[in-house]
Amino acid sequence: MARLTINGTQRDIDVEPDTPLLWVLREQAGLTGTKYGCGVAQCGACTVHIDGVATRSCVMPVSAIEPEQQIVTIEGLSPDGSHPVQKAWLALDVPQCGYCQAGMIMAAASLIAQNPSPTDADIDAEITNICRCGTYNRVRAAIKAAADGSATSNG
Amino acid sequence: MTIVQSVSRRNFLVGSAAALGGLSLGFHLPLPGKALAADAAPEINAWVVVKPDETVVIRIARSEMGQGTLTGLAQLVAEELDCDWARVTTEYPTPGENLARSRVWGNFSTGGSRGIRESHDYVRQGGAAARQMLIAAAAADWGVPAGECTTDKGTITHAASGRSTTYGKVADAAGRMTPPAEVTLKDPKDWTIAGQPLPRLDTADKLTGKQIYGTDLQLDGMLNAAIKACPVFGGKVQSFDAAAVADMPGVRKVVQVGETALAVVADTWWRAKTALDALPIVWDEGPNTGVTSATIAAMLEEGLDADEAFIGHQRGNAREALAGAARMVSAVYGFPYQNHATMEPMNATALYTPEKCEVWVPTQNGEASLAAAAEASGLPVNQCEVYKIHLGGGFGRRGMQDYVTQVVHIAKEFPGTPVKLIWSREEDMLQGRYHPVTQGRLTGALDADGNLTALHMRISGQSILAAVMPQRMQDGMDPLIFQGLTVDSPEGHLGYTIPNLLIDHAMRNPPVPPGFWRGVNLNQNAIYLECFLDELAHAAGQDPLAFRRKLMANHPKHLAVLNAVAERIGWDEPAPEGRHRGLAQIMGFGSYVAAAAEVSVTDGRLRIHRIVAATDPGHAVNPAQIERQVEGSFVYGLSACLYGECTVNGGRIEQENFDTYEVMRMADMPAVETIVMPSGGFWGGVGEPTIAVAAPAVLNAIFAATGKRIRQLPLKNHSLV
Ligand code: FES
Ligand code: FES
Repeated sequence: MARLTINGTQRDIDVEPDTPLLWVLREQAGLTGTKYGCGVAQCGACTVHIDGVATRSCVMPVSAIEPEQQIVTIEGLSPDGSHPVQKAWLALDVPQCGYCQAGMIMAAASLIAQNPSPTDADIDAEITNICRCGTYNRVRAAIKAAADGSATSNG
Repeated sequence: MTIVQSVSRRNFLVGSAAALGGLSLGFHLPLPGKALAADAAPEINAWVVVKPDETVVIRIARSEMGQGTLTGLAQLVAEELDCDWARVTTEYPTPGENLARSRVWGNFSTGGSRGIRESHDYVRQGGAAARQMLIAAAAADWGVPAGECTTDKGTITHAASGRSTTYGKVADAAGRMTPPAEVTLKDPKDWTIAGQPLPRLDTADKLTGKQIYGTDLQLDGMLNAAIKACPVFGGKVQSFDAAAVADMPGVRKVVQVGETALAVVADTWWRAKTALDALPIVWDEGPNTGVTSATIAAMLEEGLDADEAFIGHQRGNAREALAGAARMVSAVYGFPYQNHATMEPMNATALYTPEKCEVWVPTQNGEASLAAAAEASGLPVNQCEVYKIHLGGGFGRRGMQDYVTQVVHIAKEFPGTPVKLIWSREEDMLQGRYHPVTQGRLTGALDADGNLTALHMRISGQSILAAVMPQRMQDGMDPLIFQGLTVDSPEGHLGYTIPNLLIDHAMRNPPVPPGFWRGVNLNQNAIYLECFLDELAHAAGQDPLAFRRKLMANHPKHLAVLNAVAERIGWDEPAPEGRHRGLAQIMGFGSYVAAAAEVSVTDGRLRIHRIVAATDPGHAVNPAQIERQVEGSFVYGLSACLYGECTVNGGRIEQENFDTYEVMRMADMPAVETIVMPSGGFWGGVGEPTIAVAAPAVLNAIFAATGKRIRQLPLKNHSLV
């Protein structure tokens, strides 16, 4: 049994304690926006926030998380896609297949929260998620747009 | 110019079929929140549904895997339909419906950068015919000649009588109109929706977690399966101990899948995978345990010298000219196995009953998925159905249907219960359909003035077609091995005229299963040829651009893209301090492409600063999406160039995850500038061609920076110090 606070709601989940948070989110909590890409903390597709810190949930056993720790997934980042990072992503039409993008967005949101004006070097160092479609340049541009609030409309 | 086309009946014989009822689309797609349009509104023809609220639903037969084909195809239909783009949505017809309606939507296969270029005519005809039917319905209602009515953004107007109506209001009547026998397509010069850099239609849900991928599918009562096939190619299951995991949490059953694989079915996927990892398995590893990268390399090296080879391109007498040459230059290049490594691992979901087999799958070829479901279920194809889901990457891997076959076999053990199969990343890496291995030996002759008088390019290595499409072989020859190098194929012909030329192929097929991998054989052919031309230019003491231009007088479209990148990067001026440049061009998938790269190498560390790309795809349906495809293809191609390598030991692939199969990340990414220069008159592909020029442009720039020729990829195996 694990007691977790996910997107502001505390719930008890009947699961083996060594189950990675990723799979609890996807299979027990029904929040499939967080993706499986590698299972070994390499790709970042599974990135969520734990107390605001971007965390690769595929290698985080639920037993390591305290009930009061705040877990935020892509579904909980904003109620309606209105987080500045999501708005910037929409304005720059970033995704291709989109599979990596929830992880990218969660990593970017955490970066901006901690560093409101990230440089290229900051982005290179902090955004190490894999995108096989190759959206990196638009991800970079969208992070900068979100950081300086310049993202407005789609187009 | 307008283009009048007679309409293939096949594409429009739909009004009556749809009226019969049972064929209405999408009556059976239990994706949460994905009710399909046709439930509520009748279609005008196979391609277009207009709902009473003026929403226009455009049917898309090809698969969206990130490449933007969904948006591009919708733009083409909407252009001819003259509807309001802001009200356009899309849906996939199912492969079963396509079959039941005499393949009204044509080919579903989405590979070879063909999504748009092979269906632009009939999808545009579909839009144009629907528009005519909408006009005809309004004109009949008003009692005026249809020819006097005009349309604009979903509104029909009869100016003389001052009347107007909307598509949504007449859609019902339009669906009962006789389809036109002939439609007139717009001149691309007059396009207002197509040809524009419009945002994608499928972005919003990808930002919030709402987009459902195959791995996300939830069906009532669904079970989950994890699978392991024998990691040694050609091996199979010898024995396993199901009892050892029977009591693990959630486990329902251990299922042997064919001769080669074992699956554990459980209530959740994590429990299935955990039990599978604990399952004692003994493999019969079969005949290939002695195969290694070294034995494969030796096999290919033998092919470089073999007397017998298939000839792909011949002109003059290259062997004779080489024998009498003033100066000869020779080099051997090689390209290793690559895994597609789509971010979403292979997966599929099936629901089997003795009467029906349904499959939900991210697939590049819905009809091939349907055929695989029928074969694996043993049911007639009309008792099977496939529901397509957006792909979390495809790159060629999802044209193969091995995971569909597997999931149906597993689901047959649970009649009436849906089963979702997800491969682990490790399974995905070990059971790939790999970019094949080849080596290329190139030998060139230079005359006393440094002119290239003869070239022999011997390719030795693996055929994809021999393994996956033997019906496309030509008397034992694989024509696809010569991508970009042919005399006159509209897919990709050589952009150089060389007086004596021989390009031939010694086929050597190791027991590693090959597949179509984004760019396919254009990848290594461009590296071999374009890097070797660079070698020849340097041997001749000539500028690589000038050297190429001398050979390109008969190839103006190849030359145009090369000139474009050279000009944009400033080839005639010195590069910025510490930076060095390289060039490449080729034609593939029907498009002419070139790249110019600017790199620096400091203490052995490579930095790719900038790549300029140019592409002439004939027509550009969405220039913004083309830019994204160019950038994306560069990431894919450069990942292979810098890092990508699946090595073989003991008859199996050694790399099992991204820790050992490295790919490009943000910090490696150069600035990319894309020049889209459609010259009209043909339709070329977009998703793949540019992948091939990034690597040779970068490798040539590395030579300029270091004097080192990297001929065996990937780069990570070499020191640049
Ligand atoms: S799935 Fe967690 S980092 Fe890849
Ligand atoms: S958008 Fe497809 S993997 Fe990133």
